[in-house]
Amino acid sequence: MSIVAARAEPGRGRRRRLVSPEAATAYLFVAPAVAMLLLLVGYPFVLALYLATSNAVVGDLGRFVGPAQLTRLLGQEIFQQTLRNTAIYALTAVSVKIILGLALALILAGFGRHRLPASRLIRAVILLPWIVPTALSTVGWKWMFEPQFSVINWVLVRLGAIAYISDLPETDGASPLARFWFITLPLLRPVLATVVLFSLIMTISDFNIVYVLTRGGPLNSTHLLATLAHQVGLVTGEIGRGAAISLFMLPFLMIIVFYQMRLMRRKWEW
Amino acid sequence: MVAARVRRALPLYLAVAPFVLSLLFPFYWMVVTSLKQNSELYDLQAIPFWFRVGPTLAHYSYLFQRTAFATWLGNTAVVAVLSTAIAVVISVLAAYALARLRFRGGETLGAMIFAVYLVPTTLLFIPLAQVVRALNLGDTRWALIVTYPTFLVPFATWLLMSYFRTIPRELEESAMIDGCSHLGALLRVVLPTAIPGVLTATLFAFTLSWNEFIYAVTFVSSTAQKTLGPGVVTELIRGDVYYWGELMAGAVLGSVPIAIAYALLLDYYISGLTAGALK
Repeated sequence: MSIVAARAEPGRGRRRRLVSPEAATAYLFVAPAVAMLLLLVGYPFVLALYLATSNAVVGDLGRFVGPAQLTRLLGQEIFQQTLRNTAIYALTAVSVKIILGLALALILAGFGRHRLPASRLIRAVILLPWIVPTALSTVGWKWMFEPQFSVINWVLVRLGAIAYISDLPETDGASPLARFWFITLPLLRPVLATVVLFSLIMTISDFNIVYVLTRGGPLNSTHLLATLAHQVGLVTGEIGRGAAISLFMLPFLMIIVFYQMRLMRRKWEW
Repeated sequence: MVAARVRRALPLYLAVAPFVLSLLFPFYWMVVTSLKQNSELYDLQAIPFWFRVGPTLAHYSYLFQRTAFATWLGNTAVVAVLSTAIAVVISVLAAYALARLRFRGGETLGAMIFAVYLVPTTLLFIPLAQVVRALNLGDTRWALIVTYPTFLVPFATWLLMSYFRTIPRELEESAMIDGCSHLGALLRVVLPTAIPGVLTATLFAFTLSWNEFIYAVTFVSSTAQKTLGPGVVTELIRGDVYYWGELMAGAVLGSVPIAIAYALLLDYYISGLTAGALK
């Protein structure tokens, strides 16, 4: 009954009592999530801001030194190299992912439309890389590229080159391409934008692949922000400087969050 | 009938083939490497794609007899199960409140949880390491059980929120007219209807915590507390020496539990993802 009343007169009833029973239940339900996020995300975030502007080292929280840490980093060769690596890695990885992912998605859509046999099997294969722990599958890739015993080497040596079949039989002249460009792509734009933004976050903040493949070496030339932060902050123990390096992800992240929120608001309005 | 349809769709099969092959190959490669004898692994004349000398389980028995692999496997299971359970309970409650109940600050909270969803684990791992140490959890499995929900809860909440919204309100309203509280309606009416969504969130959370690497490698350092990924990577790569056979055997074994879970739940998973939509 109380729901019906509340629906008929929104706002009024709520204002008269301090908190309606419905709201009280709601606060109770969100309390664990809020508590956890405050303690384990909110507080570490504040701590990150402090550490990045302090001279803290392991076991000693140091004292506030202002933005000196951040400006000093910007002048360092290793850090500049890391920023360049992150930018190049993010741009190439995201473009390749998007192009291949889009192609695969269109092919799978075709499978779904025609209800073709083996669709389930193919779907399962596509999930395969997702179930292998990244850290371990990365080791697998390293083994494939291993200079002396690698499978890729073996193939290159035997065949001299890789022949790639690229011209698939055309079905309908140029019209599928036109259809894709003028109809499918515009329709996919909101989804595509979300996917791009998410992959950007993932690659800018990536750690596993570099940690396993190169550990940032040789001579610190292959670090990303996360691995350099780990190296400086936890291996060397300069946690202030490490936190500062991590914090350089924040501006990118904020831009992406801003766009993502705007994108979602637009979707809600529809 | 089917044959004609398949023939007409031949271009699609040809187009998907390179994707399927390149996705399968690394897995195949892992399995083959893990079963090869060392003498063959390091033989330049051997054909790498298949066995010449014959398969062996030596790498697998090395894992179990000469390393703490069994312990790591157990730790990973404990961490993944507990952190997933904690995260799913917290998320179901929060998502129900955000999707269904009216309260001041609800929308702001929803937006904030979404923003946290976008915060990568590598942004805060250094201060979080300090927090973990302050909570006296440093170098224990509990450090991971407690921190994993921070990245599981935001996405699970969003997934469940959009899933709960697809359930007709009338269902719970009639339950509440029959005298159920909100909690009663959630447990007796909403949850049973939302099983595909809850299973999807659970499976996704379980996979993420099973495969998590950076917290695991930074918060835990003693062999007895390590999880699978860091254990294998830090103890089977010794300096410049890679124990390739053992590494690949570890990767294969580490994937098996998740593979079984997906094989059993794939249909739920797909329907949960597309209805709830992680968009």
